[in-house]
Amino acid sequence: MSRLAKWPPRYWLVVLVVLIFFGLPTQVTSFQSLEWAEVLIFAIVILGLNLLVGYSGQISLGHGAFMAIGAYTTAILVHRYNLNYLATIPIAGLLTGLVGFLLGIPALRLSPLYLALATFALAVITPSLIKRPVGLTQGTDGIEILPQQPPDWASSAFTSVTGGPPMSSDQWLYYVVFFIAVILFWIAWNIVRRRPGRALMAIRDGEVAAAAFGVNIAGYKTLAFGLSAFYAGVAGSLYALATGFVHPDEFPVSLSLGLLVGAVIGGLGSIPGPLLGGIFTFWLPILSGQFVGGQSWIPDQVAAVFKNAGPAVTYGALLILIMIFAPNGVVGLILSAYGRLRSRLRGAGERTTGQLPPDPQTV
Amino acid sequence: MAAAVAFLVMAAACGSSSGGTVATDVGITSDQILLGNTIAQTGPAAAYGTIANAENAYFTYINNKGGINGRKIKFMILDDGYNPAQTVPLTKQLVEQNQVFAMFSGLGTQTQTSVRDYLNAQKVPQLFVATGATTFGLDYSSHSYTTGWQPPYQGESRIYAKDILDNHKDAKLGVLYQNDDYGQDYLKGLKDGLGSSASMIVDSESYDVTATSVASQLAKIKAAGADTVFIFATPAFTIKALATITAIGWSPHEYVNSVSSIATYMKLAEKAGAKVDGSISVGYIKDPTDPQWANDSGMQLYKTVIANCSTCDANNGFNIYGVAVAYTMVDVLKQAGSNLTRANIIKIASSQLNEQNPFLLPGVTVTTTSSDHFPIMQEQVLQWTGDAWHLQGSLVNERGTIK
Amino acid sequence: MTEFAQQVISGLASGGIYASLALALVLIYNAMGLVNFAQGEMAMLATFLAYTLIGRGMSYWIALPITIVVAFAGGLLIQRVIIRPVERAPVLTLVIVTLGLATLVNGLAGFLYGYIPRDFPSPFSVRTIDILGAAASYRDLGVIAVSAVVLVLIYLLLQRTTIGLAMRAAAHHPEASRLLGVRVSWMLALGWGLASAAGAVSGIMVAPILLLEPNMMQSVIIYAFAAAVLGGIESPLGAVIGGLIVGVTVNLAGAYVPGVGGDLQLAVAFLIIIAVLVVRPNGLLGRRAARRA
Repeated sequence: MSRLAKWPPRYWLVVLVVLIFFGLPTQVTSFQSLEWAEVLIFAIVILGLNLLVGYSGQISLGHGAFMAIGAYTTAILVHRYNLNYLATIPIAGLLTGLVGFLLGIPALRLSPLYLALATFALAVITPSLIKRPVGLTQGTDGIEILPQQPPDWASSAFTSVTGGPPMSSDQWLYYVVFFIAVILFWIAWNIVRRRPGRALMAIRDGEVAAAAFGVNIAGYKTLAFGLSAFYAGVAGSLYALATGFVHPDEFPVSLSLGLLVGAVIGGLGSIPGPLLGGIFTFWLPILSGQFVGGQSWIPDQVAAVFKNAGPAVTYGALLILIMIFAPNGVVGLILSAYGRLRSRLRGAGERTTGQLPPDPQTV
Repeated sequence: MAAAVAFLVMAAACGSSSGGTVATDVGITSDQILLGNTIAQTGPAAAYGTIANAENAYFTYINNKGGINGRKIKFMILDDGYNPAQTVPLTKQLVEQNQVFAMFSGLGTQTQTSVRDYLNAQKVPQLFVATGATTFGLDYSSHSYTTGWQPPYQGESRIYAKDILDNHKDAKLGVLYQNDDYGQDYLKGLKDGLGSSASMIVDSESYDVTATSVASQLAKIKAAGADTVFIFATPAFTIKALATITAIGWSPHEYVNSVSSIATYMKLAEKAGAKVDGSISVGYIKDPTDPQWANDSGMQLYKTVIANCSTCDANNGFNIYGVAVAYTMVDVLKQAGSNLTRANIIKIASSQLNEQNPFLLPGVTVTTTSSDHFPIMQEQVLQWTGDAWHLQGSLVNERGTIK
Repeated sequence: MTEFAQQVISGLASGGIYASLALALVLIYNAMGLVNFAQGEMAMLATFLAYTLIGRGMSYWIALPITIVVAFAGGLLIQRVIIRPVERAPVLTLVIVTLGLATLVNGLAGFLYGYIPRDFPSPFSVRTIDILGAAASYRDLGVIAVSAVVLVLIYLLLQRTTIGLAMRAAAHHPEASRLLGVRVSWMLALGWGLASAAGAVSGIMVAPILLLEPNMMQSVIIYAFAAAVLGGIESPLGAVIGGLIVGVTVNLAGAYVPGVGGDLQLAVAFLIIIAVLVVRPNGLLGRRAARRA
């Protein structure tokens, strides 16, 4: 009890957020549970991307490709080999992580600019690469995964809380995603505040200095690539389960860009940032299209135009504005506002910069 | 709580499937019928997006005339960007959240495949999907809540095969096709139609949608000695292919698939330098740019209808497609009368259709029976001469050939 | 043999397209050590401007220079408004900003013009001439010729004028240049303006072949990346040679390498990028290690 009393307020905030997400499916519809499951899936892959970009300072514009590996691993294992879907999730993560680790080795030789270029090209060719090995991926036929029914214990526990109908497959999937997300966020948080995280940030902020302190630069950078790909692989696996159908066109270059937008908007170099990034990446295209289209007072032509251009224009404009005005993303804005508020309460003398996450401008 | 409501509504939906004369279902109120649709309005296939707007224009036209038995059609269009990962949640949203009565004219083979099992499990009609993939008409026994509309791609290329066997027995055939189900369906239909003469195909080359040029493929086909080329490609690639054929100094006999043979696009190809005179295609819909329909009552109705869509180009062949399929939809709803249940609607659509559609070529009927679930199976060979398509011979009926 | 010649000729024609966009990439790289991910989209938007002007009845030969001038001003403006605030930021920030710009411009074009492909006039006829039994159209040859002209203009500007000297100095030694009175930031803006103008020429040349629509340049930019990287990303001549090599290689690989086929051509471009970056990061004609990168 006394330890809990010493918890800083942000720990309680984390507990609150976890509880809200835990209880969410009992309060919303089955379909909305699916939507929030997808939000958490995006949060997972953005978290992995953030470990790479925000902490190790290496860029990847091709994380959609890693998601595709995870998704296809799960789809093939479930569809063809009848493996239990839960068992395929870690396999998908580890396999993707291994691929990421191996790609991390040539990536060491590339400057950030060239790495951006190479990963962008990878993102563009991903769909055509998937289409080719038809025997493995079923090409453009796609692979179907049947919905996963909840186990009885979960369904009865759920019904006893809601008093409503039995748990749907989408609600069960939400909980699978939720628990995995909690574990992965916890792991990421532990990594960044311990030795590996400090080593990565040291590398990001200056390789020469980091090397002088005996940090194994090549080792940590490839490890970051592998870890980031692991997160993307797990997310891809869950994405396949949530969608119930994998197809090459589900991994266009715009997916990779959307993930980068999420990472940047949430805040590079922060652990809660990816959750906000996930919410943003999932909801922006849906809201911008449907909300405007649903307002009867907006003329059809304006609405049609907005539907066509809304997400892309908003994505693009936000990326630019955030990089210029708030390079630490939403989390950075909140923290600096909080810091300013606190310093005002405590008197103007105190510096608050210690609260800020590392500035990506120094990457 | 909302989940409980959704369930009750769903239960009600299942319970009311075999109704008496006055029955309704989810998505039907005393003054409204709610239909849902997913289509690409952004991304690589955004050019198709206008189809849904044209469909909505026809529904607006019907609503302005008083609707169907006093009920007005509300049509919800959601943009899936041609990405199945979007189609799935959007379709679930329409079914579970917006509570649509039925899905209508969802566009794309893979996108509609991705939600077919779900819609069938929920017993929500997946009506008149906008794709010619054979599976939507053929797999009725496993997916009885799904129905196609347009002629299947395979049927179309069988007509080409017949044309070759009848009129060009000594041709050497080359095929350019998109490396997906759409292109492969066409290729399969051509091979099946040629049967024992399939060896007439001297080369077939595929391209990916990321390609900037199809010159390499066409040079190979030319070098393989082909004197006839089939272009099973989407509009932009078809135009590029036609222009490239001319640019490599080649003048084979050309077959253009109906997805891309819209007159507007043929004229674009001509402007891009292609010599397209004498090209062959097939059609089943009246071409809005064809002067022979200027005084046709169906075409005049189309022009009236499409005026309800401020963003639609009346000359775009995609739009008359949309209006024509919406006509069938309204026809089905009218036939259902007061028995507006999902089960009744899908029964009419998949096995009781017998419709003369004013936007289709004269003589084409939209027909389904208890043993045949391909609504449109008649097409007519077209030849491009001068500046327009000209109907050749008579309607070809492919009914019963695809098994 | 005829087919081989045809594959090479068609490859050169595509290569001319890649080269023309790669030249624009090289210009910005020379100005500030950055690869502009929005280069293709900016070129596409400029081409739509020309399309609108011509559609309003303006002659092609008047619309062309107007578009180039507007594109130049647009590039300048983009640099002043959105690049300048992050000019000294790490390359990661700059890459993200140009990606944002690419997305924004693509969406904007979709918003203004829709997604239906449009024809665009070309000054070159589609008549063909015979080269070693293979056909080449004047239009394809025209793209290569125009790329060569742009190349010569860029070369003259960078190597033979004071402004070019100042631009190169500003890019390579910004601090020293500042001390010598070179307005470094304006030199960067000039680089963006020139790249944007070169991109506009590229867009106008390729639109008759690729058909004008918002996604026209999305694959081309990857080939242009490959071309620029292969040629040595600082070298304008390298960009043109790189473009032609990429065009021919991709065609030949598609036609003759088993397992590649027509549908994996873009993957060949990707392999070229990776192979060059890992084996010879300075490309064929690059002289020194990339600085900023």
